[in-house]
Amino acid sequence: MPMIQFQLNGMAAAVDADPEQTLLDVLRGRLGMTGAHFGCGAGECGACHVMVDGRAMASCDMPMWSVADKDVVTVEGLGTAEQPHPLQRALIAEQAMQCGYCVSGILISAAALLKRNPSPTEAEVRTALDRNLCRCGSHNRMVRAVLRAASEMATS
Amino acid sequence: MNAPPPAPTLPVSLAANPRLSSWVKLTGDGRVAISPGKVEIGQGIVTALAQIAADELDVDIGRIEMIRASTAASPNEGVTSGSLSVQQSGRALRHACAEVRQRFLAAASERLGVDASLLDIHDGTISGPGNVRTSYWELAGDVSLDHDAKAGAKAKMVAKRTVAGHSVQRVDIPDKVFARPRFIHDCPLPDLLHGRVLRPDISGAKLIALDETAIRAVPGLVAIVRDGGFSGVVADSEAAAEAALKALLKGATWSAGEPLPDEADLAGFLKSQPVETTVIDTRTTAATIKKAARTLRRQYIRPYIAHASIAPSCAMARWNGDRVHVWTHSQGVYLLRADLAIVLKLPAENIVVEHMESAGCYGHNAADDVALDAVLLAKAAGGRPVRVQWSRHDEMSHAPFGAAMAIEIEADLDADNEIVGWRHAIWSNGHAARPGRAAQPALLAATEITTPYPRMISTNPPAANGGGGDRNSVPLYELKAWTITSHRLLTMPVRTSALRTLGGQGNVFAIESLLDEIAALRGEDPIAFRLRHLRDERAKEVIRAAARRAQWKPQKQSGIGHGVGFARYKNTGAYCAAIAEIEGTDDIRVKRLTLAVDVGEAINPDGVINQIEGGAIQATSWVLKERVRFDRTRITSTSWTDYPILTFSEVPAVDVEIVQRPEIEPVGAGEAAHGPVTAAIANACYDCLGVRVRDLPITRDKIIAAMEQAS
Repeated sequence: MPMIQFQLNGMAAAVDADPEQTLLDVLRGRLGMTGAHFGCGAGECGACHVMVDGRAMASCDMPMWSVADKDVVTVEGLGTAEQPHPLQRALIAEQAMQCGYCVSGILISAAALLKRNPSPTEAEVRTALDRNLCRCGSHNRMVRAVLRAASEMATS
Repeated sequence: MNAPPPAPTLPVSLAANPRLSSWVKLTGDGRVAISPGKVEIGQGIVTALAQIAADELDVDIGRIEMIRASTAASPNEGVTSGSLSVQQSGRALRHACAEVRQRFLAAASERLGVDASLLDIHDGTISGPGNVRTSYWELAGDVSLDHDAKAGAKAKMVAKRTVAGHSVQRVDIPDKVFARPRFIHDCPLPDLLHGRVLRPDISGAKLIALDETAIRAVPGLVAIVRDGGFSGVVADSEAAAEAALKALLKGATWSAGEPLPDEADLAGFLKSQPVETTVIDTRTTAATIKKAARTLRRQYIRPYIAHASIAPSCAMARWNGDRVHVWTHSQGVYLLRADLAIVLKLPAENIVVEHMESAGCYGHNAADDVALDAVLLAKAAGGRPVRVQWSRHDEMSHAPFGAAMAIEIEADLDADNEIVGWRHAIWSNGHAARPGRAAQPALLAATEITTPYPRMISTNPPAANGGGGDRNSVPLYELKAWTITSHRLLTMPVRTSALRTLGGQGNVFAIESLLDEIAALRGEDPIAFRLRHLRDERAKEVIRAAARRAQWKPQKQSGIGHGVGFARYKNTGAYCAAIAEIEGTDDIRVKRLTLAVDVGEAINPDGVINQIEGGAIQATSWVLKERVRFDRTRITSTSWTDYPILTFSEVPAVDVEIVQRPEIEPVGAGEAAHGPVTAAIANACYDCLGVRVRDLPITRDKIIAAMEQAS
């Protein structure tokens, strides 16, 4: 199997993988990074979102060959409890979840949004999160959290 | 002569599991382990229970370690369902912790030589006059908790509670934000193998032949399992298991299956099946004989609804000789164990079932089914653990659904359009086929193995537990006469079991829609009409609170509508009133939902608001978009494209007010909003468009059909 090289959370990564294998499989199965979640396997729910070259994309149907030389950021690369991303802090402050299974995908979609649009309107936040499904009904809290993070990032 | 006061009794969960040490343990590291029998299913229960324990014990909530339920050690609290966890587990823990506190105070009094009434506890440190002090952990060796709880332990007065009743941050949220493994999906065991199960597309089809030639070439394959009509694969990675399943599917031959009903005529199907009929309630008064001037007859339909949790169901199992350990997100570890024992023909003691979190659980989904799948596949794994995860397709087609309902109400009206008679009839499958309750197992694979069990036909919980299809069918309103009848189907071509509210959503939709219609006939304000028919002050207050908050009733504007809905969940639980604001012409958007709720004591007020918001948004999704689709042979809504749910852009603003009742025993909030929100949206639709849609979901097609019917 060929060695596929890419950037993962700011570090060079090289994985010996079947080019047709999905990025999600490699992250979870090979690299033990379980932040991105499997939800549907068809790119329809957003639970597996990762950032690829700054854009939020489904990793569950993304073949490894397409990841070569790309810059991939997963939720593990956003921040830690010691050094949280403003979005992570804001989700806690707003208690913006019930079960939390969709949260890592939401964080990635929101982080990608704030990269390209640091001061989004509420409608823009909602549109950016439309590819992420939440079944518990925590949407409004999540939207508030994204707006809170945006204003925090603007003033810092 | 005064009757003697009733003897104090233990809360029901504590009476069933009286040993104090099964609930509370002081651990050596300055921490307190709290072990409830209820489980976290995304509702925030472990935080509310930690608050109750922290309060009664006077320790910082950070010292509380919540132990996941396991049949190895936890109290048996049945199933985490019905919005009962605060009520059952919360009361038990409050009582148990109050007694633990008393026992420690007595021991401290002895050690310090100070009367217990002079001692104070602060964050686990017990101190008294003269600067004497000790702590729970210093005394732990002197105080045995291996005693049965006694009735009569006094919990703190409401005013003395400093944690319960106040919003605190949920204990599980940091892990989820920082992607620290907490979900069952993310916690691989050492040496883990992966399994997948073969299931037919055609409803009710049985596996009759399996050609295993193609699959043998799949790299990473560990075993092919076949037990009658049950078949699956075990492999060394998820990718290999998926590839093996694909190959296995190619070699499978299935029987013809069993026909499904006509999706376009759900009422016709439901009303044509053999049924068991129960009169749920009748009320007659002198006024009953008053002659009705007219009778309104209306039929309401609720479709089958999918759980559609974002995570597919998942379980792990590991055999050791004739003993098996199971990791599951089941709502009831003991109940699942009972069913596993039947299928495996093993004593329950040979099986340990341990809970782990998964995505939000809204009722009896496939969590229990996948646990048996894992147990059966792990038999072929030579003692290694096997993890099984369902596909999205299986999740949306093989898991039980919330049952479809046809509800017919006849309302007799007098010459002033006042209600003088009310007949409410429900046709529906039962709303519960949970594991662990019957002599036969309720697990999917049990119907597929060599000596299969029949599919369990859903039944309804008894009225004392809130009923099933009949849940919330008895009006809370003071009507002069009524007869409520439930027809439970004895056939079950579409598998159904418990989904949030059971029949409550359908019944509240029907009752509140018809009341709204009658109020409109009378030209009476729908809120005034409801208040006039209610005696329960808590009911009236949530309706008034929602009305105040929504500034009822805003000026009529073209293209905007407002509607109200109310229910007390199960007629014994939380009170909830909802007001919906919608906009639209031939399609509707829900703009805003304003709710007021009374749950008695709100242990974690922000948690209650979160649950009500979530319930309101989920109900909006059900009302506007959701129905399980099928043709005559198969379920067809097996992806998010075919079973769409509400998206971020479609979610309304939700505003929730809690009517504070700290002196009243708490009840759960998880299912209170669904019925009222459903009715409020339907009634707002009438206010906006002048048509009543009585057939859920309220889609553009249904609105146009209702308009055509009305014209």
